[in-house]
Amino acid sequence: MKPLSALEKQLLSTIADIETIPTGAFNIREDGKLKQRNTTANIDIVSKQDKQGIDIIVKPNTKNERVDIPVIITKTGLTDLVYNDFYIGENADVLIVAGCGIHNPGCQTAQHDGIHTFHVGKNAKVKYLERHYGEGDGNGENVLNPTTVIEIDEGGYLEMETTQIKGVDSTVRVTNAVLKDKATLVIREKVMTHGKQFAETHFTVDLNGEDSSAHVVSRSVAKDDSHQVFNSLVNGNNKCNGHTECDAIIMNNGTVSAIPRINANCVDASLIHEAAIGKIAGEQLVKLMSLGLTEKQAEEEIVNGFLK
Amino acid sequence: MLELKNVSYVAQTENGDKEIIKDVSFTINEKFTCLTGPNGGGKSTLAKIIMGIITPTSGKIYFDGQDITNLSITERAKIGISFAFQQPVRFKGITVSDLINYAGGRKLKVSEICEYLSEVGLCAREYVNREVNASLSGGELKRIEIATTMARGAKLSVFDEPEAGIDLWSFTSLIKVFEKLRDKMGGSLLIISHQERILNIADRIIVVSNGQITGDGKPSEVMNSLFLQRNCKVLDEGVNG
Repeated sequence: MKPLSALEKQLLSTIADIETIPTGAFNIREDGKLKQRNTTANIDIVSKQDKQGIDIIVKPNTKNERVDIPVIITKTGLTDLVYNDFYIGENADVLIVAGCGIHNPGCQTAQHDGIHTFHVGKNAKVKYLERHYGEGDGNGENVLNPTTVIEIDEGGYLEMETTQIKGVDSTVRVTNAVLKDKATLVIREKVMTHGKQFAETHFTVDLNGEDSSAHVVSRSVAKDDSHQVFNSLVNGNNKCNGHTECDAIIMNNGTVSAIPRINANCVDASLIHEAAIGKIAGEQLVKLMSLGLTEKQAEEEIVNGFLK
Repeated sequence: MLELKNVSYVAQTENGDKEIIKDVSFTINEKFTCLTGPNGGGKSTLAKIIMGIITPTSGKIYFDGQDITNLSITERAKIGISFAFQQPVRFKGITVSDLINYAGGRKLKVSEICEYLSEVGLCAREYVNREVNASLSGGELKRIEIATTMARGAKLSVFDEPEAGIDLWSFTSLIKVFEKLRDKMGGSLLIISHQERILNIADRIIVVSNGQITGDGKPSEVMNSLFLQRNCKVLDEGVNG
C-alpha cells in the first residue's frame, strides 16, 4: 500500500483521528476516486455500479466493529457527489466514522455532496460520527452539502454526531429520519461559522412507531459576518417522545435563525422544543477574566467548551 | 497591601443617580479581614471595585503600593487578586477541572484537582469532569467556586458571602478552609460575611452600612455593637415588612 502523504495525514487526522491506515473496515476516497479499501469478515464494502458511491453492509450480530469512510479533497475546482448506503444487520453494534476534509489550494470551488442512507435493522445499534473541515491557500470556496436519510427498524438505535468546525464556506445539511416501534434517534450537531460563511440545517423526524423517541440537539457559534439557519421538524405520529433543541452563540455580526417545529399528530405524542440564541454572557467573561484569562482567551475557552 | 483612598461609586438607576459607596478609605494588611453590615449597604460593590468588575466614580485603589485603579480584571488577577462570586457563574461545556486549571494557571494533575475538591467537601471523582452548568445545585457551585479560589493561591482572595447557599455543609469545614488558606497559602483573605462564626475568627472586622464604614476593629471590639445594630436592622425590617 502506498503510504499517506503529510497533507493526507493531516486532513484524515482532523476529520477521523486517523494518521495511519486503519486496521478495520475502511474506504478512503480522495479527489473523487477510491484510494484504499479494506473489508472484514463481518463488514463488506462494495462500489456502486450505476453511480458514484459505496454500499456498506454490516452482517447481523456484528459487535464492536468500526468502519471508517473518510473523503478528502486536495484539488481546486472539483465537485464530488457520492451515494453511500449503509445496511446494518439485526442486533449489530457498530461505530461508523465519516467525514470530509477539503484542502483547496486554488481559487475555484471545491465541493463534496454526500448522500448517506442508513438502513438500521431490528435492535441494531449504530453510532455515526461525521466531521467536516475545510482549509485552503487560495480564495476558492469549500462547499459541503450532506444529506442523510435514516430508517430505523423496531428497537433500533442511531446516534449521529456531526461537527463542522472550520473552513466550510457554505453548507446545507438535510437529515430525514423515519422511526418504527421502540426505535431511538439521537442527533448532536455542532457548527461553528466564521468570515462570510453560511450554514443551514434541516432536520425532519417522523416518529411513526409506538414508543419511538428522538432527541435532536444543535449547538452552534456564528462569528464575524456568518449566518446560520436551523430548521427542525419532529412529527409525533404515534405514542412517542420527541425533543429538539437549538442553542446558539452569536458574536461580532454573526446571525442565527432557529425555526423549530413540532407536530403532535397523536394524542399520546409528547414533544418539546427549545431554542436559545444570544451572545456570550458578560458574567461568564468576567468570571474567567478574574481567573487571569484575557477577554479574548475567555471568549475562546467559552466557545471551545460550548462546542466540545 | 490593599488600600482604598476616597473611593466613591454612583450608580445610574431608573430613579436617577444613587450613591452606593460614599468616600470610603481603608488599608488592609491583616491576614483575615471580614466586611460585614446590612444587606444593600455596599459590601459587594466594594468587593467588585477591588476586583475591577465595577469602576469607581472617584478615588484610588492601591495594591502592594501600586496604583491599580485603572487596571483591568485580568491584570488585577495576574498581580494576585482573586474573587469568589456570591452567585457562581454557570457555563455550558466548561468542566470543573477546566475552571480549576484556569485558576491554577496550568494543567493540574487530576490528583491536585481532587485535593482542592476534597477540601470543600466534594467527592472529587464525581465532579472532576462535570460541566459547570445548570445541573449543579447552588451549593455544589458554591463549593466549586471556593475550590477554584483556593487553586489560584492569590495574595489577596476576596470572597463574597461564601456561606450563602451551603447550608448542608458544616460551617466548621468552611472555617477550616479559610484557616488553611490563611495559614498555608500565605495569602490574605477579605471575606464578606454575615456569619458570626466566620466573623469571630477574623483578625479585623470592617462594618459597611449605607455606603460608609460605620465600624472597624478586632472582633472583640466590633461584635457587640455590631449585633446591636443587626438586631435593630432586623426589627426595622420586621416592622416595615
